[in-house]
Amino acid sequence: MLGVIGVDSLDDLIGDIPIEHRHPSLNLDAGLSEQELSGVFAAIAAENASAVNGYISFLGAGAYSHYIPSTVKSILQRGEFVTAYTPYQPEAAQGTLQVGFEFQTVICQLTGMEVANAGMYDGPTAFAEACLMAARVTKRTRIGVLSSADARLPETLLAYSKHQGIEIVSIDPNATEIPDDLACIGVQSPNFFGEIEDVERFTNLTHENGALSIVHVNPTALGMFKAPGEFDVDIVTAEGQPLGVPMAFGGPYVGLFACKKAHIRQMPGRIIGRTTDTQGRVGYALTLQTREQHIRRERATSNICTSTQLIGLMVTVYAATLGKRGLKDLANLCYQKAHYAAAEIDQLDGFSVERTGPFFHEFVITCPESPAKINSALLDRKIIGGLDISDRSNNGMLVCVTETSSKADIDRLVDALREIGAGS
Amino acid sequence: MTITTGAGDIDRRLLMDRSVPRRVAFTVPDSDVPFQKLPDSSYLRDDVELPEVSQLEVVRYFSVLSQLNFSIDTNFYPLGSCTMKYNPKINDELANLPGLADIHPLQPEETVQGAIRLLKSLQDDLGEITGLPGVSLAPLAGAQGEYAGLLITRAYHAARNDAERTVAIVPDSAHGTNPASAAMAGLEVATVRSDDHGNVDVENLRELADGRTAVFMLTIPSTMGLFEPNILEIIKIIHDAGGLVYADGANLNALLGIVKLGDLGVDICHSNLHKTFSTPHGGGGPGSGPVMVTDELAKYLPKPVAEKTENGYVLAIPEASIGPINGFHGSFSIAARAYAYIKSLGLEGLQSVSENAIIGANYIQAKLKDKYDLAADRYCMHEAVLSASRQKKRGVAGLDIAKRLLDFGIHAPTMYFPLIIEEALMVEPTESESRETLDHFIAVMRQIDDEIDSTPELIHEAPHDLPVTRLDEAKAARKPVLRWTAEG
Amino acid sequence: MYPEDLKYSKEHEWVRMNGNIAEVGVTVFARESLGDVVYVDLPEAGADIGQFAKFGEIESVKAVSDLFSPVGGKIVEVNPEASDRPEVVNEEPHGSGWLIRVELSDMAQLDELMDAATYEATLE
Repeated sequence: MLGVIGVDSLDDLIGDIPIEHRHPSLNLDAGLSEQELSGVFAAIAAENASAVNGYISFLGAGAYSHYIPSTVKSILQRGEFVTAYTPYQPEAAQGTLQVGFEFQTVICQLTGMEVANAGMYDGPTAFAEACLMAARVTKRTRIGVLSSADARLPETLLAYSKHQGIEIVSIDPNATEIPDDLACIGVQSPNFFGEIEDVERFTNLTHENGALSIVHVNPTALGMFKAPGEFDVDIVTAEGQPLGVPMAFGGPYVGLFACKKAHIRQMPGRIIGRTTDTQGRVGYALTLQTREQHIRRERATSNICTSTQLIGLMVTVYAATLGKRGLKDLANLCYQKAHYAAAEIDQLDGFSVERTGPFFHEFVITCPESPAKINSALLDRKIIGGLDISDRSNNGMLVCVTETSSKADIDRLVDALREIGAGS
Repeated sequence: MTITTGAGDIDRRLLMDRSVPRRVAFTVPDSDVPFQKLPDSSYLRDDVELPEVSQLEVVRYFSVLSQLNFSIDTNFYPLGSCTMKYNPKINDELANLPGLADIHPLQPEETVQGAIRLLKSLQDDLGEITGLPGVSLAPLAGAQGEYAGLLITRAYHAARNDAERTVAIVPDSAHGTNPASAAMAGLEVATVRSDDHGNVDVENLRELADGRTAVFMLTIPSTMGLFEPNILEIIKIIHDAGGLVYADGANLNALLGIVKLGDLGVDICHSNLHKTFSTPHGGGGPGSGPVMVTDELAKYLPKPVAEKTENGYVLAIPEASIGPINGFHGSFSIAARAYAYIKSLGLEGLQSVSENAIIGANYIQAKLKDKYDLAADRYCMHEAVLSASRQKKRGVAGLDIAKRLLDFGIHAPTMYFPLIIEEALMVEPTESESRETLDHFIAVMRQIDDEIDSTPELIHEAPHDLPVTRLDEAKAARKPVLRWTAEG
Repeated sequence: MYPEDLKYSKEHEWVRMNGNIAEVGVTVFARESLGDVVYVDLPEAGADIGQFAKFGEIESVKAVSDLFSPVGGKIVEVNPEASDRPEVVNEEPHGSGWLIRVELSDMAQLDELMDAATYEATLE
């Protein structure tokens, strides 16, 4: 091939690279065969604690253990989905595009909202982008976030907004008045502590003050709890991971993003729309692209480009597999197990469950000593306890129970806590 | 009604239109705990209207849809600047091991030593490859890596009481995310021109670089597929003005073992693991965009950074970190695939990647330049930017050529980018493709050029043999239909 | 192609005078460079606008352009059809595809605009 190009060596092709810096030495290992590589990975995986080596876990706080149906894993093997890229040529990407349209439909059905985009990076970035969108819509620069929200939400918002003249204001969940110059209030429901917030009250309060209402939800909870769309919420965001996506040590996930149709031109991210071809057949294409960075550049609604289409596929197959009945049953099952666990723990000497209203599948327990110590003792019993939230609640531990915990697992946790509590 | 035959009739009905009441694909287990009282009904909703279909219908629906796609597994996909190389199957398999897929991001560090060790090893290798030893794997895609780089720039200048630096210089050939990220970081964008050879206009840069320059965002190699011959002078101009140099590493596939960005004086770069490091593009993500910096800037990296300590591996927060930029620790299972790729190829394998990518692109350029104009008449790096300007004069636009390629089962090159090249067709073959595949592509491109004179309607009406012909994108944008509704 | 009774700006907008009311739209040349118009973002009636100031945006599938008013004054009317059915800008850019009507603050502003022949000459 070099002969066809008309050169003698590679170096003739890279003459623009300063010669003193060409072909640097690299301190890298020699390559491994597939079989050797599998051995390396087996060793890495064995150093992690998971169900395969006998651990049970009660962690939630933004990433959740759920059973992933075989259909999701099977469809995820299809190279036609996995190894395609952004559907810039819609005629050659109708599969990806129709799935994206189905995804947008699922998110609208779940949230009760009018429109959704094809996905953001993860829940917190979706929330941050929603707040920035509210600032564009209202032309205001102060953003309220309820103090009962996961700290990762305002932290990510800060990273996204700190050089845009945006101020983040913490709002008390019991507030009956709010500042009249806010662009929005962001409410997480269920909140960080697992409890359902009064979305309706806060939405009315924001609207009375000319602000937008943003609600960050748990999508599994939407199988039983009222959808934000029923309360006239303006923008809904969520972490999509619970819908068929492995926890995978934090990613990749997909951020869900839905809003009222009136605000669609301020929505960030990719949007897929339905249209027809020259023969009148239905087809799908990326649409409203003038919002995006490749056209509007420094005035785009966001810098997002490569997003999370494949994770969106997993969510879509998951929703199709569970269907109307399955999602409802699943939400109920999580609720039943979490409430059973909470009731059992609440009866233990020294432990109490802190609750002021309904909760879904997470709850805060107050421990008789520091949650760090309790968790350490639990770990000795191959139990990964709840999240230590003593920075937000005295001796508080945030416990999550989903359908992947059997009654036996829950009882094992309760028995262990009883033992540890008795010894403290 | 009449039932028609033929492959042309693909059932495109949406899931909700296939739904039959009470049909199920999956059964949730019965509860094994004593019944717990439900909350007050005022909290509860009606059923979510999701599809009611059988498991076979789910599998067949998505399988048929997948067949409507072009993909690397099924087609030559020379989409410029996207590095559509082979995505090794073993990497997917290994990343999905339960010991990696089923671990929670907030597990105690002592229970995820393998995962953090993997991240640390990948950080080290990326630092070595780029010559920029400070690495954070947190960014979830290229645009986030780029944004993280700009936040680091701002933190660096602020720490030096030099916060007046609020200008990002960006070449006119830059990717759209560069100015969009700069705007998010509160920076004003100043555009530097490209000269007739596709290089940064050094004199123009000299005029722009001053005490307000925060950063110069330079794609290396450029979006024209060219290596900047004045790179050292350019970097000196920016450094002398007190600014930092950020390299957009979207095109790193040309540089493995060829040159280290850090050696050139670059301060910050990002790399897309879904490009150079073979992780699947997924139809538009998930990606991963690690950010790499000099030792001096490492203290500003976004959290977390994996570190090895006496007590094992930890996820640390750098002392002056710009903080978190997303929910957890980045795209872990994408990082696992990139780690697998680097370990598989090793030193020699990685060096041959860039060599073969560069040779392949130049081979295409050499064999097409009599028919198609080149964006710059010189050797390219890993991608060849052609221009269909000659074809345009004969009545066929770059878009038409792109659509005609689809008829031959070849995905179109990146079109109309970079913006400064008329009728641009950006071709990136990657090292994965055989000479036979490149020869076939070349033959098709030459045949399409011939068709302009013989059968132009074939090109104008292309594609012919795909599930749809050209779509009415104006209709899609004028009256957006973005979801299924019962009304249709 | 370019009606004699209109005045033109170098930003490819036109005005048609009716008393002291100026009707404003985009020229055929602007339409040709944009392609299919899919969205027009226009201000509310009642707003004041300066001569050559930005008053909105016009979008095609793959491009977005700012709209600059060739004349300054008070916006008295906005074409509802342009928002509801943006293809009207493609169909009749110099007629029913008008965008806003402006009550002129100063008739002398018209002197800064081009006649049809001068405008057409700038396009070559």
